[in-house]
Amino acid sequence: MPISAFLTDASLCIGCKACEVACKEWNELPDDGFSWSGNSYDNTRALGASTWRHVLFLEQKQPMGSQLAGINEPFRWQFLSDVCKHCANAGCLEACPTGSIVRTEFGSVFVQPDICNGCGYCVVSCPFGVIEKRPEDGRAFKCTFCYDRQKAGLIPACAKACPTESIQFGDLEVLRQRGKKRVQDLQERGYSDARIYDPQGTSVGGIHAFSVILGEPEAYNLPPAPEVPTVYLKSAWTSALVSAAIIFAIVCAAFAL
Amino acid sequence: MKTATKRKMTEERLEEIRKEAWATEESTRKPSAQGEPSYYGQPALKAPVWTWEVPLYFFLGGIAGLSACVAFVAQSFRSDPALIRVSLWAALLGAAICPVLLIADLGRPARFLNMLRVFKLRSAMSLGAWILATFSGCAFLAVLCFELLSRGIRNPLLISFLRLGEISAAAAGLLLASYTAVLIGATAIPVWSENRKLLPVHFLTSGLGCSAAILELAGFLIPATQVLGFAASGIETLIEIFLEMRKRPVDAPLHHGRSGTTLRIAGLLEGPAALLLRVFWGSLPAGRYAAAVCFLVGALLSRYAWIWAGRASAGDPYALFHLQRKT
Repeated sequence: MPISAFLTDASLCIGCKACEVACKEWNELPDDGFSWSGNSYDNTRALGASTWRHVLFLEQKQPMGSQLAGINEPFRWQFLSDVCKHCANAGCLEACPTGSIVRTEFGSVFVQPDICNGCGYCVVSCPFGVIEKRPEDGRAFKCTFCYDRQKAGLIPACAKACPTESIQFGDLEVLRQRGKKRVQDLQERGYSDARIYDPQGTSVGGIHAFSVILGEPEAYNLPPAPEVPTVYLKSAWTSALVSAAIIFAIVCAAFAL
Repeated sequence: MKTATKRKMTEERLEEIRKEAWATEESTRKPSAQGEPSYYGQPALKAPVWTWEVPLYFFLGGIAGLSACVAFVAQSFRSDPALIRVSLWAALLGAAICPVLLIADLGRPARFLNMLRVFKLRSAMSLGAWILATFSGCAFLAVLCFELLSRGIRNPLLISFLRLGEISAAAAGLLLASYTAVLIGATAIPVWSENRKLLPVHFLTSGLGCSAAILELAGFLIPATQVLGFAASGIETLIEIFLEMRKRPVDAPLHHGRSGTTLRIAGLLEGPAALLLRVFWGSLPAGRYAAAVCFLVGALLSRYAWIWAGRASAGDPYALFHLQRKT
């Protein structure tokens, strides 16, 4: 079974939010409240238990590619549809104490809603701040990579609804190549800060939902060097066991005196 | 000219609307201090969802675990049976309350048994569930055997079961008191993961001081509890000095805001306050009671402060990005 992936291209996104709507409709997700954020046209703010696709609206005082118009006051309006990264080494999956979070045959990370007991450990173990507990439900939710649709041979709802092919769905290796090519093309056309966001060099070991972005990942709220928290286990347990031995020795000394 | 003014007016109005939105309580953004890149200062991580039960569990788990350890050592050195009894009962009481707190914190409490569906070495939460289950069983066995023996039932099997219960409760107890530190240390929350080596030292020391404090408050003003009290508040003083001297951007929640203030008060109570009380009034029962209460209050506050620090840390994207850019 080939590994499924998303390639989300910020340079093609027009901020229409069709992906957000399609995701909500297909997965029957509750609303995110109706409040103004003041963050450009983005009022959902972040990915969460009920927002599995989130369109970011960046207002940057930089020229768009090699554009000349309005050069005295350079400005660009950037969009990116963000989603669960379906990490190769997923923090949430490693942390889950019930085995509710599993790796599917499509290589995606899936939360089985009939197993999750809402302990909340995945929430603090996600280095991308994606998975969240839905308070009125009690369980943790995130993008399923449309596991049900993929099972039926369909492509995920967001990719299906995207009118500009900013969200592309397909085989991981094919899309990685396509992403590289796209970055090259963009750079040749003057978008010198085009890059691919796919942290393969860290313990996360690459993601299955990578994106082509313009500029720093931080501006898209993407951590520049995310780590899967299990890498901290060894040093934490070593400290715990050494301290436990010392504390035990102190207790022995106190009663031996 | 007219269009330019009109455009400016519109832009100004937009800025006004934006500022109004950012000023509301619903806004989660944290303004940048030095203009670092971020997405409107929105948190890049999700804050811990654990409510009041979890820090209380950390506190009680520490007491219960170390009490079991004290009981085992006291028994090995043929100490006062009354002291062993109090320690064992403290362990059992903790073992009885802790699961209730943890289950109450679950989003779906009825599914608490799903915790024992799998055994995962790579998940501190999974290990913790098994440690707590083991600890509860062993503490119950130890108390049961101890009570039967003290009621004059002399059976060699009972004595071996008591020793078995005590030694396994002591081992599981040390893990119970320290795994909670690993649990929060091995997460994506920067202030926790960057203190993952310090946290187990603090949690264990704190648990030790508390179990000794419980014994002192129960009237065991013996040299052993005094030594334990001195050791615990001494180590806590060193931790407090270490935290105050180390100035890393990632540690901001340990110094500022609600979590910082609470942690500082907690550190002072557990460390210098308890230590000075013992140094100057340690020969008086009142001095020792006061030191014990100081330590217990400090230890409880500290657990809450660490959880609040995690929340503050998750809400600060700049500290996270800075940390990741540095390495």
